[in-house]
Order: sequence, then C-alpha cells, then structure tokens
Amino acid sequence: MDANNKTPVLEGWFTLDEAAPHLLGARCSACGTYYFPKQISFCRNPDCSGERFEEVRLSRTGTLWSYTNAAYKPPEPYVANEPFQPFGIAAVELEKERMIVLGQVASGVGLDALRVGMPMELELEALDDGKLVWKWKPAAGGAR
Amino acid sequence: MSRDIAILGVGMHPWGKWGRNFVEYGVVAARAALADSGVDWRMVQFVSGAATMRCGYPGYVAGATFAQALGWQGAQVNTSYAACASGSQALAAARSKILSGECEVALVVGADTTPKGFLAPQKGERPDDPDWVRFRIGVTNPAYFGLYARRRMALYGDTQEDFALVKVKNAEHGLENPNARYRKKFSREEVAASAMVADPLRLMDICATSDGGAALVVSSLDFARRHGRQDAPRIAAISTVTPTFATDTVEMPDLATDSAAAAQPHRFRAALPRKAYEEAGIGPEEVSLAEVYDLSTALELDWIEDLQLCQRGEAARLTRDGATRVGGRLPVNASGGLACFGEAVPAQALAQVCELTWQLRGQAGARQVRDAKVGITANQGLFGHGSSVIVKR
Repeated sequence: MDANNKTPVLEGWFTLDEAAPHLLGARCSACGTYYFPKQISFCRNPDCSGERFEEVRLSRTGTLWSYTNAAYKPPEPYVANEPFQPFGIAAVELEKERMIVLGQVASGVGLDALRVGMPMELELEALDDGKLVWKWKPAAGGAR
Repeated sequence: MSRDIAILGVGMHPWGKWGRNFVEYGVVAARAALADSGVDWRMVQFVSGAATMRCGYPGYVAGATFAQALGWQGAQVNTSYAACASGSQALAAARSKILSGECEVALVVGADTTPKGFLAPQKGERPDDPDWVRFRIGVTNPAYFGLYARRRMALYGDTQEDFALVKVKNAEHGLENPNARYRKKFSREEVAASAMVADPLRLMDICATSDGGAALVVSSLDFARRHGRQDAPRIAAISTVTPTFATDTVEMPDLATDSAAAAQPHRFRAALPRKAYEEAGIGPEEVSLAEVYDLSTALELDWIEDLQLCQRGEAARLTRDGATRVGGRLPVNASGGLACFGEAVPAQALAQVCELTWQLRGQAGARQVRDAKVGITANQGLFGHGSSVIVKR
C-alpha cells in the first residue's frame, strides 16, 4: 500500500509516512503544553497567555491506558462495509506529552491481545471508504 | 444568613418513548409540581427552563415555551443550556433570584424528546467540530463508557459481574417507580446474555435515551414558613463548576485529554461534589442516599468514589456487599437511576432532585430509604458541564 496515493480522513492530523507515522499536534511556545488536534489559537492553560504555537510530531509510541470496541456500526459520518466488522478502540497515554489519545485498534488485533499498561505504537490504515486513519497496535518487540 | 431555599413541590412526566413534543412533558411535570406545592401558578414570579440543543428543541426557547403553555402571566423568565447539567443550572438561576430577593417563588422545568439509537452529530463534512470528528473515526458515546469500565477492571480488579450487579440493583429499585421507563427485574445472567456494545459493557450496562419531564417549585425559606411549609426539604448546595485544566480523563466528544506537561492533571467528576460539600458545610459521611449519573453500570461505581462515599477502588465491593441497595447503609440510585429511566438530558438533573425530595419527605413508597436526611446528586455531560446538588431536611 502506498500511503502517498491515499487521502487522509482528516487533512493535516497526521503525517503520511507509512513506516513511522506521527500524529501532528501543537505545542505552546510559552508553557510547553501540547495540543491534539493542533488547531489552537490561545493556550488553554489558565496560567498561560500564550498565542504562539509550533506544529510538533507527537510521540508515536505510548502506554495502553484502556481499550474497548465498537461492536455495533457507529452512525454517520462513520462509513463501514456490510457486514459490519467490529473494531477495537484504544486510549494510549503519551509519556512526554502527558496526554491520552484515542484511536482505532489496528485490524487483525483482537481485544484478547491487549492489556492495560502494554506499549503501543501508531500505524496508518485505510478505513472502509479508503481514507487513511491512524490506528494503535501493540508495539513491535512486545512488552517492555 | 442561610443560603438555603425550600423545595415546595416536585413533579414529573413519566419517562418513556412517547413520541410527542417536549412541551407536553414539561407542562405535565410543571402542573404536577405546582399541585404538589400548593402554590397557584399566578403566584410564580420566575420561570426557569432547562434546554438542550439536540433532539426536539430547535426553534424553541425552553423557559418562555413552558411559561406560554402554562399561560403567560407576566413572570420573569430564564433559559439555561448546560448539556446534562441544564436542569441544575436552571435551578441555580432560580436560587440566585430567590437569595437576591428578586423573587420569592420560582418554577424550574426541564423536558426532552429523543430519537432512537445512538446520539449522532449534525450532518455534513465538518472536520472543525470535535463531535463530528470522533464519529467520523467511529468513537460513539458507549466507547467512552467502555474505556472507563475497562480501566476500572485493570486498576481495581472489577469484573463484568460487578457491573451487572449494578444493573440488577437499579432494576430492582425502579420496579415500583411509576415514573421509570423500564420496570423489569434483571438477573446477572440476563445482563451477561445481552449483546456486547463496547467491551466490557453490554446493552444492559448502558443507559438508553428517553422522553420525560421534571419540575420543581422552589421558594425562599421565609415564603415557605408563611405558607406553613417550614419543614420542606431544602437545597443546601448547587455545584456547577467547570473542569480544571488539565483534565485527566478523555471526555466526550474529545479524542485526547489536555496535556499535563505544564499543569497538574485534575479529575472533573471529583470536583463537582467537592464544591457541593463545601458549599453545604456537609461531609460525605452525612449522606443518606445518592442519585448519580449511571450512563453505564461501571460509571455508577466511579461516581460513588468521586462522591467520596468510599475509597477509590472500593465501590464494587460496596455494591457486592449490598450497601448501595435500598435497605443498605448507603443507597445509590434508589429511583432506579438512568438504568430504569434512560436519559432525558434537560430533565435528568431535575429528576434526581425530585427523587431526593420524595425520599426526604418519606414519600418514596417501596423504594423508600429509611430516615433519609441528606441526599446528593451528581451528573456530567458534554462540553465540561456537570453538577452536584445537595438536598437536606
């Protein structure tokens, strides 16, 4: 699969480097707070009046905070083939950014392969409509 | 000077899927609350409506709509929108009017009519709207509840059976509540046999959306005394605080928490009752019963801990021991909770206060909590809204 020929489901939310994709966030130049998504004009830290942000690549690995699945087909604007294939959803804690980011779990990874606290990494995969999205999968090399 | 106000009357339109306009539910609830209070509609000086932006509401402004349907009589009017806390904010508006001396007696009304199935976002291609974005990548409301539930299993060793026990208990509580939508007993086996929705949560672990209406007539303590109602239950606190940056939990509709790189993480659900206890000068050890927002069975356990009714991680044990049942030492969701009602957003926070009022008056029938003196509510919804109300006698 050549990611460069695919359209991202959300423009500018992640890099299209298929080997090592990153979510694209923002970092407040004044206090260092990270934001995802990156669309931010005023820092939300109540003690910071920052208005300048740099685009940053968020850590592409983290720790599994929790996980679940979508056993039923989500409503529009979600697009899914019939018959609907349930998919996993992971919440992954990024250490440096000190934030938790949601995403689907990579297809082919069942919930029984997941456990809270395990290392996870980001990958790109196509949704059923062919648009690329970020997904979480157990990090290569297994448990730390 | 006391900062309390009196609850003179409460009323509801039964929860269900009636398919009618929300105004009807609100008016039925308002008329029931007025009749219960003995206050003539003409005497009401302030009408405070709770609204929602979804479902049956576009084109309506709640407060004036209810006032018109009851017969415009020149009262001051207000409408509050605060997602699941809309009812509490409408009540807070009434309390401010009363405590400032601008009025003596007020009517607070919330009602909703809801579609079937998942709550879904507005149509169109709208990548700037976080609510649209999360549905675009397949993250529905139950997914958040599933994440919180799984986290409890990992941190505290809770099991799916523990979650099922919450449903079994709440179903029993709601059995004889005439305002509940679901009045059916459930066994753990039946919960376990229901379809998986957001692993580890099954259909019977997750609340539905419902039509319904709830209303309160509230007044100054002086007005209550003059009308022979000095013993009426009182509202001792209404907390409607925002979260404190940085949030520590991924909340609907976001796909990420705040970053705690430059600020300490804070738990929103715990902040809501903390403010209420402080305002009331009442501690968690004085609570007789609690009505909490059980959007899922597992979330009820989170709330019990956030209300400081036990240590973190102990709510499942409390439930297993029967402490949270009516008859136990700390009944939770004696009304049957959202498990038996389903969520009618702008009415729900008021419905919680209605239940506490009946309980504190000793009028709760088969689900009566013995010698109830202090009740607390808690709820939380979208956009950093939530509330906690303390009622005492």
